[in-house]
Amino acid sequence: MSTSTVVGTRDDEQIPSTGGQRRRRRTSHQVEASAHHRGPLWTAAGYVGMVLVVLVIAVPLFWILLTSFKERGDIYVRPAQWWPDPVTGQNYSELTTRIPFFDYVRNSVIITSATSVAKIVLGVISAYALSLLRFPGRSVVFLVVIAALMVPNQITVISNYALVAQLGWRNTFQGIIIPLAGVAFGTFLMRNQFLSLPGEIIEAARLDGAGPMKLLWRVVMPMSWPTLVAFALITVVNEWNEYLWPFLMSDDETTAPLPVGLTFLQNNDGVTNWGPVMAGTVLAMLPILVLFLFLQRQMIKGLTAGAVKS
Amino acid sequence: MQSSVTQPQSAAPRSGGPPPEVGPPPRRSSGRAWEWSLAALLLLPNLLLLIVFTYRPLLDNIRLSFTDWNISSPIANPVGLSNYIEWFGRDDTKIIVRNTLIFTVATVGISMAVGLGLALLLDQKLKGRNLVRSVVFAPFVISGAAIGIAFQFVFDPQFGLVRDLLARIGVASPDFYQEPGWALFMVTVTYIWKNLGYTFVIYLAALQGRRADLDEAAEIDGATAWTRFRRVLMPQLRPTTFFLSITVLLSSVQVFDIINVMTRGGPQGNGTTTLVYQVYQETFVNQRAGYGATVATIMFVILLAVTVVQVRFMDRGKQA
Repeated sequence: MSTSTVVGTRDDEQIPSTGGQRRRRRTSHQVEASAHHRGPLWTAAGYVGMVLVVLVIAVPLFWILLTSFKERGDIYVRPAQWWPDPVTGQNYSELTTRIPFFDYVRNSVIITSATSVAKIVLGVISAYALSLLRFPGRSVVFLVVIAALMVPNQITVISNYALVAQLGWRNTFQGIIIPLAGVAFGTFLMRNQFLSLPGEIIEAARLDGAGPMKLLWRVVMPMSWPTLVAFALITVVNEWNEYLWPFLMSDDETTAPLPVGLTFLQNNDGVTNWGPVMAGTVLAMLPILVLFLFLQRQMIKGLTAGAVKS
Repeated sequence: MQSSVTQPQSAAPRSGGPPPEVGPPPRRSSGRAWEWSLAALLLLPNLLLLIVFTYRPLLDNIRLSFTDWNISSPIANPVGLSNYIEWFGRDDTKIIVRNTLIFTVATVGISMAVGLGLALLLDQKLKGRNLVRSVVFAPFVISGAAIGIAFQFVFDPQFGLVRDLLARIGVASPDFYQEPGWALFMVTVTYIWKNLGYTFVIYLAALQGRRADLDEAAEIDGATAWTRFRRVLMPQLRPTTFFLSITVLLSSVQVFDIINVMTRGGPQGNGTTTLVYQVYQETFVNQRAGYGATVATIMFVILLAVTVVQVRFMDRGKQA
């Protein structure tokens, strides 16, 4: 493989077709891992391993889900009672009356969609300029963009907090969204994608008199949808889960997103009332897990595409 | 998103579409100036955001580390090196550095080793492996705050899942809430549980891109499974291992959400406080932003040094 080749995810059995827009990467020597000449003992051990892994991941999630449907008395009991008896929805109704749950959901939707749209647009146009336009200092600008990946958010929050507070933007949506909108990873991802496009097609479009913007929308983007979708999914998941910055910026339900709102629920209780808290975490996990269920391949593609062989 | 998704359709008739026009000859000089200004226009918003909200605070942080600023007052008095001297002399520094080291080494080491193990397992032709792959990856996409809260209950020493499972084999549950060592164990396990899927999918992608013929050749030559793993597979995975060692390290050092919702840095004051959590506590809870900025600066220098060492190590490995 040539330099800067993206580590390919092998197209596996469950894959939806990507419309043939993208070449499947297969190296000539890829062979199914050689399980066929291993003994039955190995295979059995493999299945035991798989069952163990599933238990370790799924049992805690299942426990949380069951707890969210238990009556209070069934939660605080020893030995633990696994099955809710009777099944009750009271934790969910208590959750929505005790904290303004739907306000947090609304805030999460606003923050996630605004930040994601900003990041996706900025990522695409920056990547386009850095890959297909020619200008002096291009590699320096690219370095400036990706070096930002090395700067942890946690180090920048102090000064950013002061700046945003000075602007009077604390506890506002713009105060949460704008400082998060700069995009380094996505620029990197999309630039790699654009550079991987066949140069002849780009040249041909240019010779046909396509201007730079037409080139982007009519030629470059239609060939790049799978990568863009991967980038968009990673961004949406990250923004939905973003915690530290909104935690510092939001004071109440006017702007706090769901993860921060859950913390407020926790704070309200001297002794934690686990029922409604578990109901809240279930509802916070659900949308992303559903998204994941349908689009996991694209999500994984975005992540693995970031792992570049150099 | 929706509106832009319609783009490919509008682009579809392109192939059969308008008759080929002979473009105007390239206008080199004016075209170039135009290209430059377009590039500037496209790059400026993102660059501006990164400069204002990433690079400016990075430098400002260093300035603040030499002051006694309290985050709310407009005045920050210069105090020279006293914050740094204080940090190196304070008793809690040792505990916090130790916590950070334990947490980081454990999360990076275990999630990479187990991630590789799972990738090797689920690269085998086993029935149902796609389902298991999804299950392993799923926690990675869930919010850390939600997982932290949920696992606080999972580890509840009185009514939690862990207590119940231990009771079944006749073991008393450790006090994950009150004992610093066990509390650190709790946040470490929670973090690994959530993030294992990441190292797993990256290793799996690397395994799927490897050259199986090398492995087969070694096998024909009579190499044992262990030798093939060490001499054939690991060298091929080296770039991936290197990439992961940096990204996983950076993200575990930065963990905030899980610690904040599970322990708030406690018990006993700083039982699970890491450097990042100390930055938050000093700056926003104790209102000592100058000191917080000092810790942040020290942390950044350490991270930078570690990354440089990792890159060096990688380069040396390449030549060897």
